[in-house]
Order: sequence, then structure tokens, then C-alpha cells
Amino acid sequence: MTGRDGKAIALHGGVIAALFALNFVLPEYHHGVLARVLVLAVFAMGYNLLFGYAGLLSLGHAMFFAAGLYGAGLPMYHFGWGVLAAFLSGLSAATILAFVIGMLALRTKGVAFMIVTMMFAQVGYLLVYYFGSWTRGDEGLVIQQHARAIEIGATTLDLTEPTTRYMTALFLFSVVLLVTFALVRSSFGRVLIAIRENEERTRMLGYDTFANKLVAMVASGAICGAAGAAYLILFGYVGSTFASIQYSILPLLWVLLGGASTTLGPLVGTVLMFYLIDGSGDLLKTYAPGWNISHLGIVGAALIILVLFFPKGILGTIRDRWARWLP
Amino acid sequence: MTSSIFGKKISRRSTLKGLGAAATGIVAGPGFVRYAQAQSSAPIKIGFQAHRTGIGAAYGRWYEKTTNAAIKAINDAGGINGRMVEVIVEDDGTDPGRGAEIVGKFATQYKVDVAYGTLFSHVVIGSAPVAGEMKLPYFVVSEGHHVASTKLNRYVFQPGITDVKSQIQAMAPWISAYAGKKVTQIFPDFAFGYDHRDYLPPALKAQGADVIAQIAIPPTESSFTKYFPQIPADTDVIYHVMVGPAVLTFVKELGEFYGGSGPKLFGFIDSLEAVDINSPGLEFLNGSHFWEGAPRYAQDNDTDAMKAYRAAVGIDENGASVDDPKDVSTAAHMFGCWETLYVIKKAMENADYKGPEDRGKLVEATEALTEFAEGPEHPQGPKTFNGKIHQCFGIQNISVVEDGKLKVVHKTTIEDGLYEPEGDYTTQPL
Repeated sequence: MTGRDGKAIALHGGVIAALFALNFVLPEYHHGVLARVLVLAVFAMGYNLLFGYAGLLSLGHAMFFAAGLYGAGLPMYHFGWGVLAAFLSGLSAATILAFVIGMLALRTKGVAFMIVTMMFAQVGYLLVYYFGSWTRGDEGLVIQQHARAIEIGATTLDLTEPTTRYMTALFLFSVVLLVTFALVRSSFGRVLIAIRENEERTRMLGYDTFANKLVAMVASGAICGAAGAAYLILFGYVGSTFASIQYSILPLLWVLLGGASTTLGPLVGTVLMFYLIDGSGDLLKTYAPGWNISHLGIVGAALIILVLFFPKGILGTIRDRWARWLP
Repeated sequence: MTSSIFGKKISRRSTLKGLGAAATGIVAGPGFVRYAQAQSSAPIKIGFQAHRTGIGAAYGRWYEKTTNAAIKAINDAGGINGRMVEVIVEDDGTDPGRGAEIVGKFATQYKVDVAYGTLFSHVVIGSAPVAGEMKLPYFVVSEGHHVASTKLNRYVFQPGITDVKSQIQAMAPWISAYAGKKVTQIFPDFAFGYDHRDYLPPALKAQGADVIAQIAIPPTESSFTKYFPQIPADTDVIYHVMVGPAVLTFVKELGEFYGGSGPKLFGFIDSLEAVDINSPGLEFLNGSHFWEGAPRYAQDNDTDAMKAYRAAVGIDENGASVDDPKDVSTAAHMFGCWETLYVIKKAMENADYKGPEDRGKLVEATEALTEFAEGPEHPQGPKTFNGKIHQCFGIQNISVVEDGKLKVVHKTTIEDGLYEPEGDYTTQPL
């Protein structure tokens, strides 16, 4: 293990330890916020694997998040499935969908790939309405509090209890962070980066770039699906909004803000964007009471500023300037 | 016994004096005063989940105006339990994800007494789990059937506006008697449309009329002419409930398709809330009928309570802002904000509500309410409240478009809209 590896491992361990410690010190509001943000950061990490490392800009990742949400939510709501079975169902739905979409969409590149993924996501969004008698379309479905618990012997783990929910979100986040960390440092991760930098040359070196991109797509979809399933189980609601284009743009923005192709960038981006949106309401109310700017307006402004001035995001800039060892 | 600190002798008497003075100082200090008064005169905080932006913004703006007017009236009359009422507004962007975060923020950061004011169904349904988990009473003004369906939880109430299932059921006798027996429905292919799709046919059937065709329009549609040939030729009445920005195109294209003849039209004013009925393209609506919760236009027989309410909110006889005649209100729905706030007041007074520790008592006190008499607090009309399904039931208006105005031609009874409860929230634990 090199000193570079040691620093990276220490940093990731430190982040997980810090998040664990925050459970005990955060005020109630921020504690609840961070549980939600950790799940959304998992979504962003899944997106980052494909966009940041493999260089494939998808505009349709809401479909994988939604596949996780509906894959878990529909059997819980209609058939009374338990939490673990529902989670696996959501994860499987997103993984299979990512494989199928990958097989088709990866035949395209660049702008065409963006459009194809966006179109598939739009199909997914409309399917939610098409099967409205099952999904209740835009209104969506609520999973009751009592159903969001795990029975372990005589003990019941209530996933709506704030500490349990936080720790569950942190567990998922930690697993995905460590898996991502291992993936991007493996030879597979290096092949993805090579594809991003020059796909033709990578192919010339003998790598099957399609297969590698497909694996990246499936892993990315699976992670996003896990986030969706966890979101449903921890927060109890699924609706078509989560399948809309907005939820394809948001992970892109979180990743761009935090730093694409950095393992911790998605967390940084998701946290900052949440508080930017949350705080902007008060700032706008105080300093620009007449401006009816929505939180999406803030998101849009942030995206423009990012693209213009910080194309590598926060951790990307830090890596360039001060910490070359950041994975 | 004496002791010495920094060379100064301190006796027990001086110590007690000092402690007494310190205690007095603490009690007199600003922080403690706030605490001591928290139960007596600190304001009651209502978290208003407002659609300031997003697809619900037109409604949200008028919900906010109505809320401000009601709060002013309540505070001018002494507040609730002798305490002033403070409204904390947060924009949810008409988004269920953000909506849920905001209800969480109300509960844990602002520590409001109740959350209130949400209209769009998906935001209500997305936010309801948080309200239930945080045990925060959540009073919505949504008209959706979701509360009465008992699919949400014990902390969600809709006491200020009748739900859409009841509204539809109450329309059926009039449609069957005066409009026609063969009805074709055109509705948006999302949840708001599903309520109409599902509840109108049995309601009409009970009145001896039939839905002969149901045409669902996808939510992304922007042109409608291609759907009109699906309308059966023997249709007596077209029942339409399109909403959103495309509604003007829908109405214009329907008018052009029939060219002034064709079946009668019956719609829910939801299609045209905040839209001037005299907008170009809407001319052919003349003679058609609409459901209205509360009438947009001032009526000859308006009660004093209705007149006072309209004046307080600031709408003129055409239902537009007194400051801007082009700013048309969402009169058919926004009365629900006014009435809901007075229900909250009533329930808090009945529960002798002191603070968040009394939220359980507030839920039970709200569930115990049964009737709201017509008057300044309920200007839209009398209502009954079913505490088991957390839903109120009131009268509905049917209005005709005549000379560029909406004139009420029929008022339903409360009984027209009553249906068998689908569950019972009171069996859920607090």
C-alpha cells in the first residue's frame, strides 16, 4: 500500500466515521435532512460511476432511481411484501432495466447517448401513468409506517425511527462508497477512465469497451436502484415526479457540483445543493421578497455558474490543485 | 459559617441573597422570559406549505392571500386561546419530494404547532408520511379524495373543502336531470382525472344516466383535436376536467371542432381557475355549466358572511383582485384556506391547546368536530365533518356562463355528496 492509498483509505474511513458521529450531535432537523441526503448521495454515486468515470453522460437516470422506487413500492403496497424482499425487488428491477437499456443505448455515443437515455426515461415516466391503476400516477402511493419495519426474531427494527433511519441510510451509503472506491481503483475502474479519455485507443489496446461500458451501466443502474428502493422504504412515498426529467438532471448537478470522477464528490454535491436550496428560500424571502424564484431556479443558476467557473466541481478542483491523491 | 473568595468574605446570608438575585436576574432575562411566556403569549405557529412556484403557483398565490386575510381576521379578534397566530411560509415548488422535506422542516426546525395549506394531491400524499412520523397535525386544502380514502394517516385532515369524490357525486343528479343522460368524459390521464373517471359513472348510474365514453388525455399532450372524433355522436353532455396550461387550447379546439353546435358542456372550474372566463377562445363556453366550490362572481343572494369574506381577501364582484382586474382568483377553492384556519382555531380552543405536547389532544378535538355552521368563519356554506375519515362535506354550486359571467343556477345539498366511509383513522394510534 502506498502513502497515496493510505491517505485515500483514511479519508474514506474518516468520512464514514464522521457521518456516524454526526448521528449523535446533529440537531433534529439536520439529522433528518442528512438521512435523506445520504440516500440521494447514493443515487449520485451511481450516476457518477457512469458519468464521472466512464464519461457517459446520461439524461435518463431517473428511470433507474424510479425502477428502485417502484420495484420496491409496488409489491409492498399491493402484495404486502416485507422490507428486505422489497429492497431486493427494487434493486433487481433497476439492475435488469440497466442491462436492457445499456444493451440498446450503448450503441450510441455522445449527444445521441444523452438523447436516447432521456427518451427511455420519458418512456418510463409515461409508463407510470399508463399503469395508473397500479401506480396512481402523479399522486403516487404511500407505504404506511407500520409496514416499514424489519422483524428480527422478537425484535422490530422500525425504519421510521430517526436514529434507525439515519443508520440505515449511512449503512447503505458506506457500502456503496466502499464498493465505488474499490471499483474505481480496480483494473476495471482504470479501463473505464481509459474509455472516457480515449475509447478508440482503449479498444486498440485490446479491451472490449462495449462490455466494460455495459458493466458500468449495470453497476450504475443497480446503485441508483438501491437508492430508490431505500428512499421508498425509509421515507414511505413513491410518485411519478421521481421518474421525471428533473430527477435525471439533479444527480448530474450533484455530481458536477461535488466533482465528477471523485468518489466523495457526489456526497459533497448533494449536501451543498440541499442546503443551497433550503437556505435560498430564507435569503430570497429576506432580500428579494418580490422575486418568486423556485428552488429549481436556484438549481439552474448553480448549474450555469458551475459550468462557467468550476467545470471540475469542488473536489475535482481540490484534486487538481492540492490533493492529487484523491480518488 | 463564612468562606473567602479572592479575599472577600461571603456569609451564608449574602450567598442566599446573591442566589436570589441571580435567580431573579435569570427569570427577568430575555431568554427565560421567552420560555416562561411560551405557554401563555408566544404566538401559535402555523407552517404554511405553499405552492409559490411550480405548476400550482396560480393557486398558491391566492391561497396565500386568503391565508393572510384569515390570519389577520383571527388575530384582530384576539387570536387563538388568547395567543396571536404566526404563519411561516415555505415554498414547496409544487414538488412532493421538496414538500416532504418542508413538512420535516416545519416539525423539527420551526417547531410549528400545525402544518397547513397544501393543495396539489401529489404534494399532500408525498408529505403525509412525514407528518405522521413527526406526529404533526397536517391540515390540507386539496379537495383530493386521498384524505377521505383513509390511505394516509391519523395526522392528516381536510376540514375546509369537500373532497372530489363527494363533489362528483353531488353533480350527478343535476347532470342527469337537466343536462342529459348520455355523458362522455374527457379527463387528464393522471390522478386528478382518475377520480372523475372512477366516481362519475356509478354516481350517474344511480341517477339513471350513463357514461358512454371515457377519453383520457396524456399529461404531455398539447393538441387535442385528434381526440374529439372519439366522442360518440349520441353524446348529450361532454364532461371535461382538463387542467394545466393546455386548458385554453383544449377549450378553443373543442369549440372549433363543434363550431357552436354539438353536445352540452359541463366542466369543473378547476380547468379555468385563475383564468379570465372572457379570454379569447373561450367565447363558445357561453351557456355551458361548471362546478364551483364557491362562486367566482358575486351573486345577488350572497350572504353578509360571503360579502365580508370576499372583501377581506380582496376580490371584486368579478372574482378578480381589487388591485388588478386581470388578476383572476381561484375563488372556487381558496375559501377552503379561510375555513380550514377557523377549524384549526376551533379545534385548538376545544382542546385547550397549549403547545406541541398537546398535538394528540388537538387531533382528537378535531376528530370530535361534527358541524360547521354557515357564517363569517364558514362563508361558503354549512358543512358536516366526519371525524373518522377526517373529511368535511359541504354544498356545491353549479353555475352557467352567461354574459361573460358565471351565475349560480343550482346549489346541491350536503346529503347529495355523502358516501359510505372507506375506513376509520381513529383506530390508528396517536
